[in-house]
Amino acid sequence: MAKVLMKGNEAIGEAAIRAGCLNYFAYPITPQSEVAEYLSRRMPEVGGMFLQGESEVAVSYMLFGASACGARVFTSSSSPGISLMSEGISYIAGAECPVVFINIMRGGPGLGGILPSQADYFQATKGGGHGDYRLLVMAPASVQEAVEMVMISFSLAEKYRNPVMLLGDGLIGQMMEPVEFPDNLASEPSNKDEWATSGMDTRGTDKRNLVKSLFLDSVKLNEHNLLLKAKYDRMKQEEVRYEPYNIESDYKVLVVSYGTMSRVCKTAIDNMKEEGFEVAMIRPQTLFPFPEEAVNKAASKESCRVVISIEMSMGQMVEDVERCVKGKLPVEWYGKCGGDIPTPEEVIDSVKSFYKEYI
Amino acid sequence: MGKTFIKPEALSDQYTHYCPGCTHGIIHRLVAEVIDELDISGRTVGIAPVGCAVLAYNYFTFDFQEASHGRAPAMATGVKRVRPDLAVFTYQGDGDLASIGMGEIVHAANRGEKFTTIFVNNTVYGMTGGQMAPTTMPGQRTTTSPFGREVKTTGMPVKMAELLSTLETPGYITRQTVIKPKYIAKAKKAIKKAFEYQLEGKCFSFVEVISTCPTNWGLTPIEAVKWAEETLLPYYKLGEFKTPD
Repeated sequence: MAKVLMKGNEAIGEAAIRAGCLNYFAYPITPQSEVAEYLSRRMPEVGGMFLQGESEVAVSYMLFGASACGARVFTSSSSPGISLMSEGISYIAGAECPVVFINIMRGGPGLGGILPSQADYFQATKGGGHGDYRLLVMAPASVQEAVEMVMISFSLAEKYRNPVMLLGDGLIGQMMEPVEFPDNLASEPSNKDEWATSGMDTRGTDKRNLVKSLFLDSVKLNEHNLLLKAKYDRMKQEEVRYEPYNIESDYKVLVVSYGTMSRVCKTAIDNMKEEGFEVAMIRPQTLFPFPEEAVNKAASKESCRVVISIEMSMGQMVEDVERCVKGKLPVEWYGKCGGDIPTPEEVIDSVKSFYKEYI
Repeated sequence: MGKTFIKPEALSDQYTHYCPGCTHGIIHRLVAEVIDELDISGRTVGIAPVGCAVLAYNYFTFDFQEASHGRAPAMATGVKRVRPDLAVFTYQGDGDLASIGMGEIVHAANRGEKFTTIFVNNTVYGMTGGQMAPTTMPGQRTTTSPFGREVKTTGMPVKMAELLSTLETPGYITRQTVIKPKYIAKAKKAIKKAFEYQLEGKCFSFVEVISTCPTNWGLTPIEAVKWAEETLLPYYKLGEFKTPD
């Protein structure tokens, strides 16, 4: 298929349809309302279902109910909306239902702002809702990558019977870029008949299914949590995605950055290379599971003096980077979190000043 | 002579976790009888609430989902929107539906979602130990209104059936009770009608059932029935508040 110029939010909506997801529930919030606007027109064209719920809380449970009866479903929202959905996300994870959440992050806390931000890293990767659960979190750095990630997210959600979050930011949602939609991707064979409440007649059985997250028996709840943990451990084995950049050079500084911020870092790295100053980058494409080994290995290079986590937050991913570097090198943070994206010049200044500090 | 009284197939063999004198068991049975009579258990999905009836699925033999507190109508919306062919009902108490879940029930009713809600109103939070609900009667003692519900600071009990009847969207809204045998047959008729409206794709249907909670009312089962009849029924009037026809 030929490339088309599309706004990120609209491309995300289209990608879901092409991945065979014809059910969308949502509540409007800037900077991602175009997903809902696009799908309110597009879903009827493809025989799909569009519903605007009364709140993000309600939407999270519409997704839960629909997913629990075996349908492919997704929503899109932005930071404050995801906070409201987090109650439902915890239940969905506890009851092991596959739902895809698009989070086009904006600044926080509270109402914060409507400009791009990466301040929901903790919320996305460490919980957000209550209880021991993890989302599989993917972080696109372009509209094209957002499209590809949306398209694989449904089969990943079904593979693990776990919610998947696409963590973009206002820039990814609002920016127009050329995109090419891949052909429909093959999905994993479905085992939905084993667990979905799709009606016993639908499954041709008299064995009923039950979707729940309540385990009053302490032993059973512990077993359930061990089962969930086993899934998260399997994700760590099978789903880590990252992009190394300038990693073959004798770099002095290792940058870890994702999403929109990583694009600025690439420009900064290219500019520094022209001056003869080598900097490498690991760009996590999955934030959970985090590319632990890749970061650790990259930080072990002899020429490297310092590792910097560069993010549009006040220092969240840096804690994971520290965890992976395991004290081998100093780990620093640079970022901004008001909606302005650091410029390549600002990134270069910060990289050089940290480097000076540690030679 | 054959059997004259049998257990509905939609009910499972289980010891009950409900307290003596609690009316959940009767209401479960009525729902199961209706599902049997309509022969829909193979395409029914129930949504359990949070509260005493969170374990309702233990007593039924068809597919069930478990909601969080108050959100059952949103889950039922999700099911029904993607699978209009399924028969879907929520089974909710008054803490669940009239307090934390007020938003979800009002909007589901207003959208005219084609599912059925069985709303069990016993004027108190049961599972958490008898706290005050929006439906608690003036002066009624609960564990969080130890001196009796004070209307000045907590308002009057919410009448859900009347409240939902103010919506312009067509619906079937009724209030019934099962505190005495003479009311039970009527309640069953209403539940059946509610499911039939749903199956016809006609409207949202809502059956409020005035119930007893002897344990949290601090009364014997017999005293509880008497109190419900004398105190609740004059305030929570029985009848059909809205029909789609």
